[in-house]
Amino acid sequence: MNLAPNVDLFPILAAVLAALSCGLLGNFLVLRKLSLMGDAMSHSVLPGLVIAFMITGSRTAPVMFLGATLAGIATVVLVELIKRLGRVEPGAAMGVVFSVLFALGVLLIERAARNTDLDADCVLHGQLETLFWPEAPQRWMGVLHPDTLAAAPPQVWTLAITAALVVAFVLVLYKELRLAAFDPALATAQGFNATLMHYALMILVAGATVAAFEAVGSILVIAMLIVPAAAARLLTDRLPTQLLASIAIAVAAAFAGYLGSIAIPDAFGKPQVNAAGSIAIALGSLFTLAVLLGPRYGALPTAIRRTILSRRIALDDLLTTLYRHEEGRPIARAIAKRTYARARRLGLVEQQSNTLTAAGRHRAADLIRRHRHWETYLVQRAGISADHAHDPAEHLEHLADPRPSGMPKFDPHGKPIPPQSKQDHERRVP
Amino acid sequence: MDTHPQSSTTLREILGILTFQGGYNTNAVLAGVILLGTAAGVVGVFALLRRRSLVSDAIGHATLPGIALAFLVAILIGASERSLPILLLGAAATSALAVAAIAAILRYTRLREDAAIGIVLGVFFGVGVVLLSYVQHPANTSGASPAGLHHFIYGQTAAMRAGDAFLMATLAIISLAIILALLKELVITTFNSEHARVLGLPTSFLDATLLFLIVLVTVAGLQAVGLILVIALLIIPPVAARLWTDRLPVLIPAAGAIGALSAYAGAAASATLPRTPTGSVIVLAAGAMFLISLMLAPRHGVLATTLRKATQRLRIAGEHLLEAAYEHSVSRRGITSFSNRSLQAMQRLWGWPFWMRPVVLASLRNKGYIQRTQQGYQLTGQGVARGARIARNHRLWDQYLRTHADAAPGHVDWSADMVEHVLSPEIIAELEAAILDAQAPVPKAPRA
Repeated sequence: MNLAPNVDLFPILAAVLAALSCGLLGNFLVLRKLSLMGDAMSHSVLPGLVIAFMITGSRTAPVMFLGATLAGIATVVLVELIKRLGRVEPGAAMGVVFSVLFALGVLLIERAARNTDLDADCVLHGQLETLFWPEAPQRWMGVLHPDTLAAAPPQVWTLAITAALVVAFVLVLYKELRLAAFDPALATAQGFNATLMHYALMILVAGATVAAFEAVGSILVIAMLIVPAAAARLLTDRLPTQLLASIAIAVAAAFAGYLGSIAIPDAFGKPQVNAAGSIAIALGSLFTLAVLLGPRYGALPTAIRRTILSRRIALDDLLTTLYRHEEGRPIARAIAKRTYARARRLGLVEQQSNTLTAAGRHRAADLIRRHRHWETYLVQRAGISADHAHDPAEHLEHLADPRPSGMPKFDPHGKPIPPQSKQDHERRVP
Repeated sequence: MDTHPQSSTTLREILGILTFQGGYNTNAVLAGVILLGTAAGVVGVFALLRRRSLVSDAIGHATLPGIALAFLVAILIGASERSLPILLLGAAATSALAVAAIAAILRYTRLREDAAIGIVLGVFFGVGVVLLSYVQHPANTSGASPAGLHHFIYGQTAAMRAGDAFLMATLAIISLAIILALLKELVITTFNSEHARVLGLPTSFLDATLLFLIVLVTVAGLQAVGLILVIALLIIPPVAARLWTDRLPVLIPAAGAIGALSAYAGAAASATLPRTPTGSVIVLAAGAMFLISLMLAPRHGVLATTLRKATQRLRIAGEHLLEAAYEHSVSRRGITSFSNRSLQAMQRLWGWPFWMRPVVLASLRNKGYIQRTQQGYQLTGQGVARGARIARNHRLWDQYLRTHADAAPGHVDWSADMVEHVLSPEIIAELEAAILDAQAPVPKAPRA
């Protein structure tokens, strides 16, 4: 894989900076169950951008940000308005607002902003692959030279500033954000305005969407906002750890996605595929890994822990059963000690593996049948509740079979009753 | 900017299309789109009531990888890569996968529904975008051109043929048929899932059916509205219809009608005007209908509500005035007139805005409760009776609160001030009985 600074540095930088901003902000969306507000915001900034572009004719960062901010505020306000006036649930209100705004944006782009820098595909998936930095140095280390930095494309600065703003916001307002995320009522009671915090967060999300617009387009921003935070959520319970983990995941996915979009098709002799989508796939893969392998909540570690626990419980159960056999009067203890040998001698238990033989299973099935028949009888006829039926049945199973009518197939606990085989006759207990 | 002139020809064109004079293809597409709008509106009602509206966002976005994959598969098996059934089948498959993925995330992790939808939406769409970029290179597709796939994203009825429209219409009709067949069960499950389960209805099956219907409608609407905006057709018509009625038998057809109308208007406009993605116009039409409903709906619309509140405020202000004038007259042994100065004092007391006084006075005069005199106004006989009755209501409630609610005497007045206006005869009778029971004095009834 051939990477060159003038071709690949800018996209990687853009992707990483976008990932940093969105990944960090997304934590507060996921925690407050506002992920879909991020979804809505990323759709509804579009008309803001287009109108700002149409009015000023420029695509400079401040103009775009202003458009996005206004669109973001409008979104929040409209959603609240529709929730109240239209008496609809928040999800539906968001759906109405963002879809209408997005439709407006698309229409405006198609009719008014065609053949300009702003096109519909940028909306969908950004244009990472086409971001060039012609004056980038030949060697990677040369980036840090002040002259090079001075000549960097403006979008790099936009992204860098946005990332810095987001990090600053989170650091400065960390305590308030944390409180507002977990207990907004308490936050307001403690004197700072949770609503203001909400607006500030939403505006930053709108801003991050704009910054990431060129990198990944406004729809894939959703993946960058939500997936790293969600994955991090599955890995830890502590907020600082979650924030760091989400950043790590986002940045790793940005690298892996971009490089993968070149390397993987290359291995098959194909040209580069869409980088933004590849980043989203990388995010999805990391998320799946977190779901499966996350040390505390992952499916695999949980299953392993559960198996270990089951084995321990089985062993414990066996030991307590043997213990109870040994309890009681000396004769009972003596009998208990010899029961295993006796079972083997009578051909009810295998010599080597200590499992039931066919004869042993048959006899055990008899007893279980009687036990469950008793449970059925006690619950149906004697009015005993199901959770009290087991203990009396434990005793009565050794003495008789009540043979409840109707040949029930399941006991009151839902366990199957072993059916009677053809040649069956009562055996006297030796 | 757009240089296409807004001429009368364009308007005539649109009208022609709207009245089904646009030619066979256009008519077929229009009919199909109308059916789609209806189906989307109706299915959307249940999605809205079961709070599943935003799952359609994920479902819509998740069709993209399916379409691209189906395109590739079609080339592989030698079928036409434009074969609509194959493409739609692919779309449905990945959407169904998305629904399963959301369910899996909800079941096996501690993430909530909003995060699950966002994750699935983003990742599936990412896969779709990658596949789409792969398909753009003719080398990867043995020369087959994926030009048409773009229309599935934003919707373009102008690119649809009659055959496509028939497929869309068929899917829409199937959706409507399923809803009709399961209508009772869906209604019960939506409003009272406990009751439904007691009745033995398979609630999870019905839930799965609803999701399946959303997938069906989404897939049907891909060509017309596009995958990003198809959610709008499932959300906006039911929300708009909700403003007109509280009754389900009216809500369902209303949502269907609004969906049909938006689709109809949008498709006609998009067919005429150049560079107009159909999805956008349909959604904007639906949005316009929502706005109209929000303003004008007779019961829940903004205008109706404002009018109702204003009328009520007026009535209460008038009753306050009558009551005050009555009390005033009682304290002056039956002189029922009151001066402008007294009016000013009352206005200040109740905090009326400047325009309320003339309006209230005009209204009371109109109803015959007061009449003008030289110094000010005077209560008529009717006015006296009404004022007395309101005053009595006030004292009844007052007394009730003291005897039954342990309210401190100083706290009862403001409550009575509000409650006195809304006591019905039955409640008054009950209050009297309760107070007599407590052996407290009952305020005297007015004479008239």
